[in-house]
This record gives sequence, structure tokens and C-alpha cells, in this order.
Amino acid sequence: MIRAENIIKLFGEQEVLKGVSMEFLPGKTNLIIGRSGAGKTVFLKILVGLMEPTDGKVWYDNVDFFSLNKKQVREIRLKVGMLFQGSALFDSMKVIENVRFPLDMFANMTLAEKNQRVDWCLERVGLNGAHEKYPSELSGGMQKRVGIARAIVMEPKYLFCDEPNSGLDPRTALLIDELIQDITYDYKMTTIINTHDMNSVMEIGDNIAYLHEGRLVWQGSKDQVLSSDNELLQGFIFASPFLQRLRAAALK
Amino acid sequence: MYWKETMRQMEDIGIGSLIIVALISIFMGAVAAVQFSYQLDGTLVPQYYIGYIVRDLAIIESAPTITCLVLAGKVGSNLAAELGTMRQKEHIDAMELMGVNTAAYLILPKLIAAVVMIPLLVTISAYVAIIGGYLATVPTGALSSDDYERGLRAFFQPRNVTMMYVKAVVFSFILTTVPIFQGYYVKGGNIELGKASTNAVVFSNILILLSDYLIAVLLTG
Ligand SMILES: Nc1ncnc2c1ncn2[C@@H]1O[C@H](COP(=O)(O)OP(=O)(O)O)[C@@H](O)[C@H]1O
Ligand SMILES: [Mg+2]
Repeated sequence: MIRAENIIKLFGEQEVLKGVSMEFLPGKTNLIIGRSGAGKTVFLKILVGLMEPTDGKVWYDNVDFFSLNKKQVREIRLKVGMLFQGSALFDSMKVIENVRFPLDMFANMTLAEKNQRVDWCLERVGLNGAHEKYPSELSGGMQKRVGIARAIVMEPKYLFCDEPNSGLDPRTALLIDELIQDITYDYKMTTIINTHDMNSVMEIGDNIAYLHEGRLVWQGSKDQVLSSDNELLQGFIFASPFLQRLRAAALK
Repeated sequence: MYWKETMRQMEDIGIGSLIIVALISIFMGAVAAVQFSYQLDGTLVPQYYIGYIVRDLAIIESAPTITCLVLAGKVGSNLAAELGTMRQKEHIDAMELMGVNTAAYLILPKLIAAVVMIPLLVTISAYVAIIGGYLATVPTGALSSDDYERGLRAFFQPRNVTMMYVKAVVFSFILTTVPIFQGYYVKGGNIELGKASTNAVVFSNILILLSDYLIAVLLTG
């Protein structure tokens, strides 16, 4: 289980996170939503330890992450997979090498075993024939799939996704969302997703946290989103007059 | 994994720079030969000195220093851009998160590749410059082939070759570490990346010339 406790992050004078505490449901999809610039990416990077908070703690199963030494950090990282906003695939490597990369670095397996595992992962994300392609030859949606395959290749317990459907058309975005949710349930992972995409909120958020200007202002399930009377949240989700009318109709 | 990456970098740095190094070296030798032949004209210094001057100029100065200044522009800006892009596109974050020691994985192969390949390029540069000097003087009739060869064999000092390799190793270290540092720690967007790449070249050039001077003072004193 992952828990953030009173996270504060300053960049110079700018206070990006102003004391955020959050608990994430194990085996579920946890969504962090908010406008761009709200501090979602910074928060996610602190959760995985890529940035250090100015103050506050991150707990992994009651272990204080930022008190660990390098070796212990590595042990936790073997349980963490992450899909980055731009997919972060290595340009000089083919798809198969990208997905195999964590195994090449850390797994005690033969090449055949590794390739078998890569095949399985690529199959799982619905990419069968792309092994020999380079990232630049793939569409944005396919790159995300490869990113997901690479994130799950070490069978992580925790999956982090930063804006998994940014830059995708709505249909592809939905497929990626569904893929992430299926994988979360199938392998009982704890998944934490940053997004500003409302479709995702409506489709896959088991637990939704709304971050506004560096503060957590609302937390609940996707069913509660619709009926919540938190004005900041409503202002964010039902941003257009069209959506406001839709909400009014739905509530009647 | 590390080995494979080192091989890739060696190919990048070594093979990738071969043509430009050959090109500048041949002209460097040719220009030196023509220039000295002009300066020696009508003096008491024998013409065969041209071979001797081209050889030592190549070994002491042009092969290590000019080659490395040019490589700082080519390889150095490349390294800064490559690492800076990896930083911006979150490749470095992705590797860190997998548990990779990125400082070692990304930097060591480049450093090893450079320190192995660049002295080789410098060696090639010295030979090509000497050939360049030959091509610029012998076919034009400024000098006979025998005279040029006689010059090449005259006053040879092995310690100049040692100095060439000391320079090559030191310079290749500079022209990789400075850009790597600039790229690895780049912050911000494309403008900063461009700046980092430019700084990488400017700083390594200054450091190369500075250490060129220091090595000259230390090894010839
Ligand atoms: N490395 C950094 N240095 C300085 N400021 C940063 C850095 N990373 C993010 N910020 C600032 O923090 C704020 C929140 O950014 P971010 O977490 O990326 O927002 P988002 O919610 O869109 O993901 C922004 O104002 C951004 O400029
Ligand atoms: Mg973001």
C-alpha cells in the first residue's frame, strides 16, 4: 500500500505542492486529476522517488521511502513500473529491446526466457507484430502500449501512469485506459494515474483525487464525482456550458 | 549490456568521425607544407625541412589539438544533445526508475569509447596530415619525393609521439565529460538544450587549449 503524508514541494519561491496527503487503494485504479500545472507530475515523481519532497513522507507498506539506502530503494523499484507521459521509449532500441531492457539489466534469465516474457507482454498490450520496429515508426497509441509492456515486464506490484492518454484521439485514449484497468485487475496491481482527461474519470477511476493548485481538495469514487457539490471539482469537470447542462439533466 | 552500449558508442564516435578527421587532416598537412615551402623559399634552410616540419606539426599540434577541437564540436555537441534529450524525454527518469545506475550506464560507455577511439583517430590524423603534405608539394614539383621522405626521417623524437598520446587521452576525456555533464543536468526546454550544447563545445574547447598549453609546458620543459 502506498501513502503520501503531507507532501510539500518548493521550486525556489514557488510552492507547487502545499501539503498533500493521500492514500491509494490496493488492487485498484487510483486517479489523480487536476488542471495542467496543478502539480500532478511533480507529485507522481515524488511518489516514485524521482524527486525529493521539500517536506513530508511517502510510505510503501509502512516503509518510509526517503529514509531508505540505495540498495533498499532499488528493491522497491523492482516492484514499480511506470508509463511516462511521452512514453520515454529509448530511440536507439527496437521495440523488443525496449521491453526487454529491464530484464537485460536485472533478470537472471536466458535470452530465450526473456524473449518469451517480452512476447507475452507485447501480446498482452495488443502489439504482436511490432517487435522489430523502432519507436519512431510507431503511432502515439502504439508507443503507449510499448511503454505499458515495458512497465509490466518485471511484474510490478505498483503501476504509475503520467497522463497515459495525452496526445491520443478519444477512441485510442479509451482503449489505453481500458488496457490499464484490465491489467490492474488481472495482476492485482495498485495503479496510480495522473490525468486531466474526463473520459478516464468516468470510465476507470475507482478512487479519484482532485488536486487544485497544489492541494488535495476532493477525494471519492467516480459515482460520487457526478453528485459532489464541491465547486472547484465541478468547475473543473463540467468546464463547458454543454457539460453543465448535461450534468443538470443527469441529476434530475 | 554495458559492453554492447560501449561498442555502439565506439562505432558512433570512431567510424562516425573518420571522414571529417581525414578531411581536415589532409588539408592541415597540405596547408602546412605549402605555407612552409613558401616561407623557406629563398632562405638557407634546405627544402627537405618541409617533411620534417609537417611531421612534427602534425604529431605535436595538429593531430591531437585540432582534431580534438573539431571532435569537441562534433562528438561533444552530439553527446550533450543526446543526454539532454534523454533527460527531457524522461529516458533518464525511466532508467532510474528501473533501478539502473544511470550515471554509470550512460556515462561510462561513452567515456571508455572516447578514450579508446579518439587516440586512434588522432593517430590516423597524423598519418593523413603527412600524406596531405606530400600531395601538396611533391606532385606540384615544389619538392622531390625523396626530399620529402628525407625530411620525414629527420630529427625524429619519440617523446613527441608520447606527448601526442598524452594530449589525445586528456583531450578526449575533456571533450566527453564536459558535454556529458552539460547534457545530463540540463533543465528546462529546447532553448536550454541548445545552450547546453553550445556551452559544452565552448567550454571543452577552452579547456582543451588550456591543457594543451599546460601539457606543452610540462612535457617539453
Ligand atoms: N523541475 C522543475 N523545476 C521548477 N519548476 C517545476 C519543475 N517541475 C515542475 N515545475 C513547476 O511545478 C508546477 C506543476 O507542474 P506539474 O507537476 O508538471 O503540473 P501537472 O499537473 O500539469 O503535471 C508547474 O508550475 C511547473 O512549472
Ligand atoms: Mg503533468
